[in-house]
Amino acid sequence: MDTMRERFAAVTTDLLDRDPRLAVVLADIGVDGFRQAADRHPDRVINVGIREQLLIGAAGGLALTGLRPIAHTFASFLVERPWEQIKLDLVHQDVGAVLVSAAGSYDWPAGGRTHMAPGDVALLDTLPGWTVHVPGHPDEAETLLRHAAADGDSRVYLRLSAHRNAAARPVEPGRLLPVRTGARGTVVAVGPMLDAVLEATEGLDTTVLYAATVRPFDAAGLRAAVGDRPDVVLVEPYLAGTSGAAAHDALADLPHRVLGLGVPREEHRHYGSVPEHLAAYGLDAAGLRARIAEFLR
Amino acid sequence: MSAASTAPATATAAPGRRPYGFTELPSLMGLMTGDEKHGPAATSTLDVLWVLYDRVLRVGPETADAPDRDRFLLSKGHGPMAYYAVLAAKGFLPVEVLPSFGGYDSPLGHHPDRLLLPGVEIASGSLGHGLPLAVGTALGLRAQGLTEPSVWVLVGDAEFDEGSNHEALAYAGAAGLDRLHTVVIDNSSATHGWSGGIAARFATEGWSTATVDGRDHEALHAAFTAPHPGRPHAVVARVEPKNA
Repeated sequence: MDTMRERFAAVTTDLLDRDPRLAVVLADIGVDGFRQAADRHPDRVINVGIREQLLIGAAGGLALTGLRPIAHTFASFLVERPWEQIKLDLVHQDVGAVLVSAAGSYDWPAGGRTHMAPGDVALLDTLPGWTVHVPGHPDEAETLLRHAAADGDSRVYLRLSAHRNAAARPVEPGRLLPVRTGARGTVVAVGPMLDAVLEATEGLDTTVLYAATVRPFDAAGLRAAVGDRPDVVLVEPYLAGTSGAAAHDALADLPHRVLGLGVPREEHRHYGSVPEHLAAYGLDAAGLRARIAEFLR
Repeated sequence: MSAASTAPATATAAPGRRPYGFTELPSLMGLMTGDEKHGPAATSTLDVLWVLYDRVLRVGPETADAPDRDRFLLSKGHGPMAYYAVLAAKGFLPVEVLPSFGGYDSPLGHHPDRLLLPGVEIASGSLGHGLPLAVGTALGLRAQGLTEPSVWVLVGDAEFDEGSNHEALAYAGAAGLDRLHTVVIDNSSATHGWSGGIAARFATEGWSTATVDGRDHEALHAAFTAPHPGRPHAVVARVEPKNA
């Protein structure tokens, strides 16, 4: 089975052959996956070198000429380092792009804090109009990428991860997918958190919704799922509580409770592996079960 | 302060107006008040903007959306009075709009907004964004087979301090983006200056360069139109120091 990033390179290579409007912009990371595409489309596969401000600025310029740029690097360098370029060179110019990240929150714990960006989705929440996809499987990543590439001049963030679920789900962009139905509250599992959430809620009589798109947030889907027990737990693979405001908005006319679980703000100054970090954050099945069961008692 | 009662005015050129000349630009700029802090920044660009729009750029009000137009990106978006005056003189916007400068309903801000003004390619004001956007614009035109249009970007010498500009100029030189042109208005406003001169920085990265008197229209025109096969082109236009 390939990784989400490998699927991204293969699918984008195919899309470049079919859609003359698409262009890929890279900053040295991920270049190997696009060698074939660069040979076939040298003017539409652009590697600017280790220059992330230029990565986003050039994407903005490409979009100003009518192309649809797809920019890719690690989340730290795609969202955080050129943050003002995202705000001004894309949003303020009112042009679109597809930003595809990898290694968002904890994909490379041995790499340490410099390569962790658990605040990426929260940062994008400060700007208007972003679609944010968080696939939990390479097949879902492909579905959402193909949708994003064809989605007009919209601004899309596609958050790829090495962390994944065992099986793909039939995701529809922008829709919460009911996975399990219960009477004692609702758990929303985002992207790669689904497997751990399903294990954690085994036997708890809770509804489980799956989100591979978090912005726009499927308020109607959440509203329909909570029934007469509007107690909601969000389990997100990035900063805890990132979708709290969206959930509160969805339930604004109801007395309700929301618990946001995810990556903590505190730095964990440990290296190690993805499972070790998920356990440290309380995002493994055992940690999730304890907190979900306590909240939905 | 203007009343916030109506939608922003749209800036469209009136047909049949007589053309304005360079000597009338100061009076057009005089119609705009409220941004005196940026006055030196505004007048430093006046001659460069005029020569570009009058004699170099292949774009006008009627071709402001044409795919094969030349692009002019004002990166140095502060002090845009000279820019607005030249755009008004060339018919991109009506002269009658100029006094609204900075008002709530005005399309003319103290930094330009591309969504409010025809002919304005980028919204700018924060330093260091225009040259990277211009690189992307040159790449996008090339990818679509539009090899005729020139892309011009205007930056200030202090704006040139921003690291993003150095990312862009190094890449553009290495990539040989020969449709890309940068004008640097040098009014000695950078705190630490640039050792060896600004043009040397571009030349090191493979650009064609020229350094000229930014008030001399013939020298500017010659520098702007100098051939530069296979390389991007930078023109450093020296004007009187900001604090002189």
